[in-house]
Amino acid sequence: MLTIRNLHASIEGEKILKGINLEIKPGEVHAIMGPNGSGKSTLASVLAGRSDYKVTEGSVTYLGKNLLELSPEKRAGEGLFLAFQYPVEIAGLTTTNFIKTAVNEIRKYHGKEPLDAVQFLRLMKEKMALMNIDQSLLSRSLNEGFSGGEKKRNEIFQMAMLEPKLAILDETDSGLDIDAIRIVANGVNKFRNKDNAVLLITHYQRLLDYVIPDFVHVLYNGRIVRSGTKELALELEERGYDFIKNEVNEEQEA
Amino acid sequence: MNTIENITERFQQLQSTNPGGLLKQLEQDAFNDFSKMGIPTAKHEEWKYTRIGSLFNQEYLFTPDRPKSSFSGKELDAVRLPGYEQANELVFVNGMYSSSLSTIRSAELVVLSLEHASENEYRDIVLTHLGNSSKYVKDGIHALNTAFVHGGIFVHVKNSKVTEHPVYIYYITDARSVNILSQPRNLVHISEHAQVQLVETYATIGAAESFTNQVMEIIVEKNASVEYYKIQNDADHTNQVSTTHFRQVGKSYIHAVTISLNGRIVRNNLNIAMEAERCEAHLYGLYFLNGYSHIDNHTVVDNIKPNCLSNELYKGIIDDSATAVFNGKIFVQPNAQKTNAYQSNKNILLSDMASVNTKPQLEIFADDVKCSHGCTVGRLDEEGLFYLRSRGINEKIARSLLVHAFAVDILEHIKPEVLRNYVDQLISERLEFDIA
Ligand SMILES: Nc1ncnc2c1ncn2[C@@H]1O[C@H](COP(=O)(O)OP(=O)(O)OP(=O)(O)O)[C@@H](O)[C@H]1O
Ligand SMILES: [Mg+2]
Repeated sequence: MLTIRNLHASIEGEKILKGINLEIKPGEVHAIMGPNGSGKSTLASVLAGRSDYKVTEGSVTYLGKNLLELSPEKRAGEGLFLAFQYPVEIAGLTTTNFIKTAVNEIRKYHGKEPLDAVQFLRLMKEKMALMNIDQSLLSRSLNEGFSGGEKKRNEIFQMAMLEPKLAILDETDSGLDIDAIRIVANGVNKFRNKDNAVLLITHYQRLLDYVIPDFVHVLYNGRIVRSGTKELALELEERGYDFIKNEVNEEQEA
Repeated sequence: MNTIENITERFQQLQSTNPGGLLKQLEQDAFNDFSKMGIPTAKHEEWKYTRIGSLFNQEYLFTPDRPKSSFSGKELDAVRLPGYEQANELVFVNGMYSSSLSTIRSAELVVLSLEHASENEYRDIVLTHLGNSSKYVKDGIHALNTAFVHGGIFVHVKNSKVTEHPVYIYYITDARSVNILSQPRNLVHISEHAQVQLVETYATIGAAESFTNQVMEIIVEKNASVEYYKIQNDADHTNQVSTTHFRQVGKSYIHAVTISLNGRIVRNNLNIAMEAERCEAHLYGLYFLNGYSHIDNHTVVDNIKPNCLSNELYKGIIDDSATAVFNGKIFVQPNAQKTNAYQSNKNILLSDMASVNTKPQLEIFADDVKCSHGCTVGRLDEEGLFYLRSRGINEKIARSLLVHAFAVDILEHIKPEVLRNYVDQLISERLEFDIA
């Protein structure tokens, strides 16, 4: 589904990604962990098509297409979804209108008729129940004044509405209370099937207790320096990143 | 004969047949002021960024007494604002009030010529208030309007009655055959406890030059409440200078919204003179310009008595080669302790050629006051744009959604739903999208 080869990216001349390799197949859940500033969100942004990052080397193939050539909206049309680490606040645009526009734009991309008001409402009700989101939140301006947890839940709600093929969740678990983590995890698990895939960026084991990853990768200093299974996440939880940093630095010195 | 000579000749002709009366002196003084000051140039402090001098290089038909127009009721239908079925409609054609095109639905609304009003029971009101705006707008173009004031109307909103029908005022310019200079003038008196909605709009038909120099003075008595909307969406080639002058002579409430969407040169003066304690005024403005439009909003809030509150928010969206000016003055006079006065002006530029000059001006002569002002000029938020696009919304629609979102907190202050939807529709059409 997604093949990243030797991906290098920089921002304002600063090299952030220094040769990422990653292969994600349909049905898989991958988790990316790694210390602050290692480049996790950069990777997510590059995949979603943020234009201030410059890809200087490497390739990304998504569903047989050169992903890097597509505009952000086309990527979304092709089923890529990024839950932002810091969802943007837009005063004056209601969450409902935003999501309705998004749903119908993606339908248009696939040559489908837009949902009418009744159909849209039905879909929204269904997903609202799933994400335990209140109507009053959705009639407010997009993310404006939302609590941290509400913003994160709204991201997953959007994922549920848009039904992407590859969902990248950038620290969607950060700042969530225990109940909200369960709700988000439940949303992700309901969404999973054999045809789609999830890339979870997280700092904590907690989410991975609910959403069991097939692979865990450690991103450090712009590279994936370790890959393993869910046990790797447990080891990181116990030992922290220092042992990996030390190993990587020793390898480099050797 | 150039326009100024033409105006001078018209003035002398009219004065020779003018029987005298109260208005004659006012007109003569104003004409002298006009002759002295002339058309304002960039040297005038308040006209630095708005040039209207060249508009007087062409000839206009200027017949303040006989507006020569075949403009009909049918043609009015095309420019009526939604909600008109319930509204009082006051129609001016080429500067003159047309009673045949106007509709008065409210018993509590009295409409008279200023000339008549100055001779009957309203004499004192007219005498006291007509021309008060000249204290705030000191330039030749304003004096020019006052020099022909006897063609204007007096609108009286009676005591203690809720006017359930809004008052729509249309300024029509019929420029189908010749260039037109029109000078509508009205004095509105809102009695104690009255509540009223005033809506002004401008429409030019025909392709010849259209220049409207309009003044409205509004007197707001104790416990009265006014909602005021000015909607400017006239044709590309039209020009106007439009002054709205509020005088709060008793504790009263004003809610004013100025929406400017089109016109070649548009200059608005909005004054609020708070002459009583505990007055309250809310001023909102939205200008959304494209092409070569130039729109200038000058506002003055003058706190004369203590304990008044004013809150002002103007927002601008400027595209193409359009230019905007915002100049907001707040005066706090020595007596006006416990004034609360807030002002904010926010702009987004949608093109490299677009520009805005924004200038807040606070002059505070009292010490126990709360005042604030701020202005911003920026671009559309790139973060927001990426967020929307990452959800599959194409760039053009994403931009439109963001521009619309920026305008929303002004639109929501248009209280009558029909007008709010109407303005929203105009903006959406400009943005070429449907609001979901
Ligand atoms: N505009 C910029 N100019 C220079 N450096 C930048 C810029 N934006 C981001 N960076 C740097 O890129 C690096 C990677 O940032 P990124 O957000 O990808 O980290 P992260 O792994 O997601 O961290 P966290 O766990 O804290 O979310 C950081 O060192 C950050 O300071
Ligand atoms: Mg991050």
